[in-house]
Amino acid sequence: MAGMETLPFSPLIRSVGLTGVLVTFGARATDEANRAAIAFRGAVDALAWPEVGESSSTLVSAFFQIDLSAHSFSMIRDRLADLLASRDWSATPLPKGRALWTIPAVFGGTRAPQFNEAAEAAGLSATQALADLTQTRLRVLTLGFAPGQPYLGILGAAWDIPRQIGLTPNVPEGALVAAVRQVCLFAKDTPTGWRHVGQSAFACFRPDAEVPFPLAPGDEVQFAEVSVAELERLEAHGIDGAERTVIA
Amino acid sequence: MRALIVHQVGPGVAVQDLGRPGFLAVGLTRGGAADVLALHEGATLLGQSVDRAALEMVGTGGTFEASEDMRIALTGAVMSAQIDGETVAWNASHAVPKGARLVVGPTRSGAYGYLHVGGGFETEPTLGSRATHQSCGLGALITAGQTLLVGQDKRRDIGMTLAVPPRLSGGVVRIVPSMQTMDFDADIRTRFEATTFRRDPRANRQGIRLDSNGPGFSNPSALSIVSEVIVPGDIQITGDGTPFVLMAESQTTGGYPRIGTVLPCDLPRVAQAPAGAELQFEFLELEAGAQVQARANADWAKLRTSVTPLVRDPATMQDLLSYQLVSGAVSATHSDLDKG
Repeated sequence: MAGMETLPFSPLIRSVGLTGVLVTFGARATDEANRAAIAFRGAVDALAWPEVGESSSTLVSAFFQIDLSAHSFSMIRDRLADLLASRDWSATPLPKGRALWTIPAVFGGTRAPQFNEAAEAAGLSATQALADLTQTRLRVLTLGFAPGQPYLGILGAAWDIPRQIGLTPNVPEGALVAAVRQVCLFAKDTPTGWRHVGQSAFACFRPDAEVPFPLAPGDEVQFAEVSVAELERLEAHGIDGAERTVIA
Repeated sequence: MRALIVHQVGPGVAVQDLGRPGFLAVGLTRGGAADVLALHEGATLLGQSVDRAALEMVGTGGTFEASEDMRIALTGAVMSAQIDGETVAWNASHAVPKGARLVVGPTRSGAYGYLHVGGGFETEPTLGSRATHQSCGLGALITAGQTLLVGQDKRRDIGMTLAVPPRLSGGVVRIVPSMQTMDFDADIRTRFEATTFRRDPRANRQGIRLDSNGPGFSNPSALSIVSEVIVPGDIQITGDGTPFVLMAESQTTGGYPRIGTVLPCDLPRVAQAPAGAELQFEFLELEAGAQVQARANADWAKLRTSVTPLVRDPATMQDLLSYQLVSGAVSATHSDLDKG
């Protein structure tokens, strides 16, 4: 939880098998650690080191795919350490060219049946819960579990609600599910312990489209409440109703 | 149309290649062949690029017909194979004439067998690869009645074989420390290395579960971690202490700690271990592991130097009597001289 770190965390540089190097900015999923991971990945990508095949960022780390049988880990580690020491990465602006998405969604009712339960678990009225979910500009913390699937955060402390013990057998594609101060937007039908609080028509993975993965780590997402009728209209037309603008 | 027609097929046959690099950041793992070395071997036998797609076969293959004369190679898990009823050797290249029936399967040893064709399979690529990635809905298992397009093949050489490193029955697998290795107490790491595991029947392209007698390998201090990057070969320890080796189609991140990572060059041995096969893990320091891997990369790069002509074993020639074993003498009587 943001603000609850009592000891400063020194970034860790670790090898991942012989396949790459991981730079970790926190022991827990904090906003600061995530910002740092995204900013650091962007900085290393901009340097275009020939050893790096591809890169990614997780909730708290930046990963660089490097063949460690061909390149010395200690040499890579030293270079990364120098770059790490060059600035405060949690205060570094996120890379340019990120997008702000506005995504229509239904909250509560039969299309998102656990909205009330989630609000109750967060100790919020339905009105306040809806305001939190639609007025917070969430950031794509990372993509994963399924291709293109975003973990969005970070909601206020009230939303530190645990996962359910039992799984909901099948929450549909496009669902907004909440737990541990995050919202996940499901890329496909998924059994889950996260609570189903909203429903969109947004497809996170479009294998045959020109842009197969619409979202990128660091993008921002704001949900806009629509009626069930409007969601059904979008679904009937096979569109998501989302708007994308580039953050200057 | 140059194609391989699928008349019958087993339940676990799919097109694979080296997979889709470049999509880790958006949550898509590379995927591709479970036994990458087998792809290199097939490409070497056919003298073509390792980028060509092949059929990966689990359990059994199928019955195939060539629409044109083709060359094939068979690698990986050893399966029975016949061309028009004649048994042919595994780890070798062969001709499949137009209209001939190729029957592959069942598996005799190992887990993942490969059928390569000269020119490679030319199914429609998605995101730069033909690899089937079932859990992500990319591609699908092969079904009977399908016609698989095959690329052009300028080469004619067949009847070659390759001495392959043994890897089909488990054994010792080398691992290097991973991100969370030191979160496991020394005695757990020592016990992990001293344990003989058996490959559980529950195994697929995402991961392979390992069974052992005695207590599990979970470590309280390693339990609570933030979900972190997965690379193929990572050995995760689940909450109940069971190790899983994560394979080509694993997710990109996972919340269970990793006790170590299998060297890429030893991952084919894990992939090919059949259910019940014994596996043991040996830790190498990162530098030592890097050297072993570098040597393996060099060996894989010069596989073609170990290709040799296939010497046919008369014991496997079921249609021995149909061969003109004295064709030299016979042809003498049919020589052009007689037509004078």
